[in-house]
Amino acid sequence: MKILVIILFALLLHSCADMEKEAKKDGVVSEVVQKENLQNIEEDLNTEKVVSLNFEELERKYFQKKTDSIYIINFWATWCKPCIKELPAFEKIASDYSDKKIKVLLVSLDFPDKIEGQVIPFIKKNKIQSEVVLLDDADANSWIPKVSPEWSGAIPATVIYKKDNRKFYEQSFTFEELETELKTFL
Amino acid sequence: MKTTKILSSLAFAVIAITAFSSCKNEQKQGIEEVAINENVETNDSKTNSETVAVGYKIGDEATDFKLKDVSGKMVSLSDYKDAKGFIVIFTCNTCPFAIASEERIVALDNEFKPKGYPVIAINPNNPEVQEDDSYELMQAKAKEAGFTFPYLFDESQTIYAKYGATKTPHVYLLQKDAAAGSAGKNIVKYIGAIDDNVRNASAVKEQFLANAVNELLEGKEISVKETKAIGCSVKQ
Repeated sequence: MKILVIILFALLLHSCADMEKEAKKDGVVSEVVQKENLQNIEEDLNTEKVVSLNFEELERKYFQKKTDSIYIINFWATWCKPCIKELPAFEKIASDYSDKKIKVLLVSLDFPDKIEGQVIPFIKKNKIQSEVVLLDDADANSWIPKVSPEWSGAIPATVIYKKDNRKFYEQSFTFEELETELKTFL
Repeated sequence: MKTTKILSSLAFAVIAITAFSSCKNEQKQGIEEVAINENVETNDSKTNSETVAVGYKIGDEATDFKLKDVSGKMVSLSDYKDAKGFIVIFTCNTCPFAIASEERIVALDNEFKPKGYPVIAINPNNPEVQEDDSYELMQAKAKEAGFTFPYLFDESQTIYAKYGATKTPHVYLLQKDAAAGSAGKNIVKYIGAIDDNVRNASAVKEQFLANAVNELLEGKEISVKETKAIGCSVKQ
């Protein structure tokens, strides 16, 4: 009996070692998979919309605030690796400084037909808390200089402003770097 | 004996449950790991801020180079004795804006190579950071996309930095100094985008690059010398 137990245990361990292959064969495991899939589907059903704006709308709505708030506006895209890498720093700034008047806006430059398939799933998967809008404006040559004459067009890029004090950064940020820049506005 | 049997069964049940629940955990972890790998870049400690690329301005002399083409040959601008100039485009395999531009780049080469302005494409990305921009995948890309022009690998990442390319695609239109003949210097005449709508070729209104080449061919001053477009930052 003892031997039988050991053998069964060994078999079970073995089945864990190669999960992907076993998932198809093993009823219990596939039930787990199904449950998780169901959860994902439920989450997707709760998905919010990501608003698309052209540059004029974006500028009017977010770049001309005269309040006491500090606006941190980051240009990114789901396919842009350095952008994705620095997003947690922006999220952390927003939460660490939630008692201050700080607004983080993430402006996605994903192609408009990727909103449903990539942008929203990305926001869900990574639990992005900051507001996300999609800039749908093909004529970049006319709007890039309006964000900043210094901008070559590479992303990530970030604008921080408070009233008329405005700075532009064509670079990736670590949390510490972003915090240092933010403090110059506080 | 009976007690032993019950005990054994119990032990088995406990082991089985533990084993299964550990399976479940492993699987969850696996999924999270995949999610992270999909989204987050491998550790590259350098950020764009560390390299302040000054680069060329209009009128500067552009450096020649000797870079490896997807064919395996080394290519330099000086190899092109009869060229009047060059359409140098920093591009890559992976950037959605580069991919959206592929057909247009092939069309530009077809139009302007016979007129003396061949396309020279250069991949400036570090495959250790962006693994799909490897030399092998450049070869696959050139074949699949039907590139009619050299697709060179800036392996040392020095050429893009000299030019000041910050993103892909990033165009430098060069004109050979005619007075000096085939040994002439290559002067930067236009920097920027291919046109005003990278996402949709059929919605283009201004063909910045083609206009600039045509103006050079007609001996005119280029009317729009610099343009901006969104691109993927060069992966250092």
